[in-house]
Amino acid sequence: MRIAIASGKGGTGKTSISVLLAKYLSFESGQEVDFLDCDCEAPNGHIFFQVHLTPLKTVNIFTPKVDTSKCTFCGKCSEICRFNAITVLGNKVAMTFPELCHGCYGCFRVCESGAIKEDPRRIGKVYAGRHEDGATRIHLVQGVLRIGEAMSPPLIKAVLEEGEASSNLVAVTDCPPGTSCPVVTSIKGADLVVIVAESSPFGLHDAAILTKVVRRLGLTFAIVANKVLDENTLIHEWCAKEGYRYLGGIPFSPDFSMEYARGGDIFKAAKRMPEIEEVLCRITKMVQER
Amino acid sequence: MSDNKNGPREIVILSGKGGTGKTTITASLATMMDKIVMADCDVDASNLYMLLSPKVMREQDFFMGVRPEISRQECTQCLVCVDVCAFGAINGESLEIDPVECEGCGVCAWFCPQNAIELVENRCGKWFSSETRFGPLVYAELFPGEENSGKLVFAIKEEARRLAEERAASHILVDGPPGIACPVISSISGADHALLVAEPTLSGLSDLERVLDVCHHFHIKASCIINRADLFPEVTREIRRLLDEKNCTFLGELPFEKGVMDANQRLVPFVEAYPKATLTRRLEKIAARLAVL
Ligand code: SF4
Ligand code: SF4
Ligand code: SF4
Ligand code: SF4
Repeated sequence: MRIAIASGKGGTGKTSISVLLAKYLSFESGQEVDFLDCDCEAPNGHIFFQVHLTPLKTVNIFTPKVDTSKCTFCGKCSEICRFNAITVLGNKVAMTFPELCHGCYGCFRVCESGAIKEDPRRIGKVYAGRHEDGATRIHLVQGVLRIGEAMSPPLIKAVLEEGEASSNLVAVTDCPPGTSCPVVTSIKGADLVVIVAESSPFGLHDAAILTKVVRRLGLTFAIVANKVLDENTLIHEWCAKEGYRYLGGIPFSPDFSMEYARGGDIFKAAKRMPEIEEVLCRITKMVQER
Repeated sequence: MSDNKNGPREIVILSGKGGTGKTTITASLATMMDKIVMADCDVDASNLYMLLSPKVMREQDFFMGVRPEISRQECTQCLVCVDVCAFGAINGESLEIDPVECEGCGVCAWFCPQNAIELVENRCGKWFSSETRFGPLVYAELFPGEENSGKLVFAIKEEARRLAEERAASHILVDGPPGIACPVISSISGADHALLVAEPTLSGLSDLERVLDVCHHFHIKASCIINRADLFPEVTREIRRLLDEKNCTFLGELPFEKGVMDANQRLVPFVEAYPKATLTRRLEKIAARLAVL
């Protein structure tokens, strides 16, 4: 059972809700819950669980290296590469641009002289740790993208694989923000996607695009309005109009923002907000329904 | 990075993560700077146009990469394509191609002994060239779930640069994407300056550090403003320390202002909705400093 928490843009409170949900689910079930931080460009979930993270593995992708003593400069490799990551100039030089390489092995397969060797490119690292606090136990897995690296999906996949290998029954995924490829990789295969929408015209615009992505993948989803100001009903009305499942609205709270800011006890702050508990409770019900 | 002393200066506004007020600040700065061209490179969540009510002058389809299509008539089900696909995107039984896993590398088509696989160009979004009261704005719409490889970012910037030249603009203001990966790297490539909008939260601090490292990695000069600095002075101080340590110019602190949310609800740039607010005066100063950067 994997619940993905996503939002069309950053800063909607996606991480807070992921963290609170993981803890809530663990408390309710009395079991350890996986927290998979797929927001590898800005991983922050660990700030809220006092957890000691240890490196689990380095994630690499294939990039080619040309052995010039074997190369006949036939140019096939550069012909097959659709990403301009390998070029053959005249009959002397074969150049590679590893940062453009997608690791498709095309050059490797097409080279008849065995001149292409693997030169792995490190894209990031996966870390893991355990958090225990009274009745709640969290197994946190986090991907951290290497600075300068352009592609996060292979790292996201590595984080999700750790979740699959874990014996815990429930996993919460904190997804990267946005509506493109990294989000798609993170929500694919999730049993439930919770879309966190900021209660503003921007929030609505971005949540509407994300909803299209989720629907196209055929996933079950529900929507939470967050940072609701002055009982604004923008998101609720939109859900009602479209017939989307609405999980409730969480008001903007300076008190909660403060705890979040200092990486403090957002669990305690959440207890003072009945709307949060209501949302978490509804998500849990949806999980049990399935 | 550019040595072009007379051409327009390109300033990319970045935040490491969303929700720090980047777009609000970009829109407000745009209203206060002369001779600018704007580019919204946050193509996943392009919000800038919503604040500037642009008139679209030109609309263009954006193609990126290819999508393989298997012709059932020609296919003999030899499964070569399944074997050579490094991404496991082709189902071994149905031969259906999973668009999420497919990288568009074309290796399947190359090795198909029957030539049964055609590579079709992939239309993945649109970009718009528009006019606003404050100058031209180029923005885009990526179709939901498409790969945001940075190529669309390049296309947007190219159009913005063309317009800047045409209008003899002095600055290009680029609203950058969140994160640190491909779209960010493309948005800072060739830029003269990165303006980082930090948020005084521990998450914000860690995101800022990562985006600063990216700027450093690509040799882009950066300066930083701290938004909603008064909300959590303790972390604001830590951010200042980090900026010192990383040699990043500190451009000022902006106060929390509830009117920002109100202005965004009404889709008006903050400084127009609240011309007398402290935040407006601070932004004016920052706009003035940016103009001479
Ligand atoms: S395909 Fe092999 S032999 Fe031909 S140019 Fe490339 S590396 Fe050299
Ligand atoms: S692995 Fe694929 S993308 Fe990388 S250089 Fe070879 S052909 Fe190009
Ligand atoms: S390689 Fe070509 S012929 Fe073989 S299964 Fe794939 S599409 Fe069909
Ligand atoms: S284009 Fe590349 S990734 Fe897509 S199905 Fe063919 S071999 Fe696989």
